[in-house]
Amino acid sequence: MALGTLVGLFLGFAQISLVTPVKKGAWLTTHFFRNAPWLVLLFYCLFLLPFQVTVLGLTFPIPDWIKATFGLSLPVMANVSEIVRGALQSIPTTQWESAASLAFTRRQTLWMIILPQCIKRMLPPWMNLYEILTMATVLTSIVGVNEMMSLTRQALSAENRPGLLLAFYSYVLFWFFLYCYPIARWTVRLEARYAVNI
Amino acid sequence: MPATNAEPIVVVRDVHKSFGPVEVLKGVSLEVAKGGVACIIGPSGSGKSTLLRCINGLVPIDQGSIRVGEFDVHTLKTDAEKIALRKEVSIVFQQYNLFPHKTALENVMMAPIHVLKEGKDEVRLRAAALLKRVGLSAKADAYPGELSGGQQQRVAIARSLAMRPEVMLFDEVTGALDPETVKEVLNTIKALAQDGMTCILVTHEMRFAREIADQVYFTDGGVIVESGPPAQLFDHPTKERTRAFLSEIL
Ligand SMILES: Nc1ncnc2c1ncn2[C@@H]1O[C@H](COP(=O)(O)OP(=O)(O)OP(=O)(O)O)[C@@H](O)[C@H]1O
Ligand SMILES: [Mg+2]
Repeated sequence: MALGTLVGLFLGFAQISLVTPVKKGAWLTTHFFRNAPWLVLLFYCLFLLPFQVTVLGLTFPIPDWIKATFGLSLPVMANVSEIVRGALQSIPTTQWESAASLAFTRRQTLWMIILPQCIKRMLPPWMNLYEILTMATVLTSIVGVNEMMSLTRQALSAENRPGLLLAFYSYVLFWFFLYCYPIARWTVRLEARYAVNI
Repeated sequence: MPATNAEPIVVVRDVHKSFGPVEVLKGVSLEVAKGGVACIIGPSGSGKSTLLRCINGLVPIDQGSIRVGEFDVHTLKTDAEKIALRKEVSIVFQQYNLFPHKTALENVMMAPIHVLKEGKDEVRLRAAALLKRVGLSAKADAYPGELSGGQQQRVAIARSLAMRPEVMLFDEVTGALDPETVKEVLNTIKALAQDGMTCILVTHEMRFAREIADQVYFTDGGVIVESGPPAQLFDHPTKERTRAFLSEIL
C-alpha cells in the first residue's frame, strides 16, 4: 500500500504535468493498471517474475510475498494516481495564479500550496482503497499464500456443521475489522486536522 | 502627490492579445511614472484584467512590448525570468485568493521565506508590521475562512507588499465587497499610493479613481478609447463612448 501510494502520488503529479509526453504516459499507465483486474495482475507478477535474481554472481531468491506485494501495488498505484489527479484538479486555478504572481515556482506551488489543500479531499477515497486492498489480500491466498479465509473454509468443511458458518465468518470479519478500524480512526483524525476552514 | 514627470517605470506599447479567435487586446499603450497611479476603467469584458495579467507575465502577449523597470516582459521566456519579474510587480485579485490552509500571518510570510529566502524571524517581524499597516494585527492567527471579505483583501495586499514590489497591480479589488468594507480597502490603497508606491488599478469606484489617479484610461473593446487626468476625463470627456459609459454608471 505504501509503495503503491508513493508511486501513485508521483504518477498523479505527472498527469498534470505541462510536458505532454509525461502527461500522456502517466495517463496511459494509470488507466492500464486501473482497468486491469487485480487478480490478473497478481497472477502475472507471481508467475512471470523470476524466482530468483542473480547479481554479481550472488543469487537472491524472490519470496512470494514480495511478488504479491508488487502485484497488488500496481493497481493501488493506478488508483492513487487517479485520486491525486482528481484532488489536484479540484483546487481552483486561481490558487495557482496567485502563487505564480507571488513568484512561487510550479514545484513550490504544488508542494506548499496545492497539495496541503488536497490532503483533506484525498483521505476518504484513499481510505476506501486501503480497505479494498485489505480484502484483496484474500486474493493472494488463491495463489498459494495460506491465509485466513481458506483456513476458515477448511475448518468449516472439516466440521461439516452449517450452523457454525455464520460464527466462523463473523470471526473472520472481526479480524478484518480489527485491522481496518484503527486506520479508519486515524484517517478521521487526520481529516479533522486538515479541516481548517477549507 | 506623485511626481508625474518622473521616469516611466511601466511602459506598455501597442499590445495585442488573442484568446483563440477572440482578440481581447487590440493595440493598447500606456505609461506609468515611478510613484504614479494609473486607473483603468471600462465595461466588463473590455480586457482590463487581461492587460494587468500581461504586465506581470501571467499571460504572454502576441504583439507589442511591455517594459517594467529593467524587465522587457514580452521577451521573458523561462520561468526563472518571469519569477524575477514577479518579485518587482505584484498583483492583487478581485477574489483575494488567499491560501486557505494558512493563517493570515503565514499567508504574508510564505513568499518572503520560500521565494526571497529570507530568515524566518526577520520575516515574521516584517509580516506582523505589514498586517499592522493594513489594520489587521488582531487577526494575525485567523484563517482566511474566519475573515470578512474586506479583511481577506487587506491580508492579500499585505501578502503582496511582503515581496517589496516596485509596482502594485490591483484588479477590481473591491469588486466582491459590500459597500461598507470597500472603504477600508480603498483607504489601505490610498495610504500606499501616498507612500510613493507605483499603482495600476482596475476599478469601478469612480470617486476613488478621481481622488487617487494621476491618469485615467477608459478602455472598451480591447482599445484605450480615451485617457487623461481624472478632472479632464470625468468632467470633460471628448469621446461619445466615454460620455455614454460615465453617464451609465454615475
Ligand atoms: N484565459 C482566457 N481564455 C480565454 N478567454 C479569456 C481568458 N481570459 C479572458 N478571456 C476573455 O477575454 C475577454 C476580456 O476578459 P477580461 O477579464 O480581461 O475583461 P475585464 O475587462 O477584466 O472584464 P471584467 O470587468 O468583467 O473583469 C473576455 O471576453 C474573456 O472571456
Ligand atoms: Mg476583470
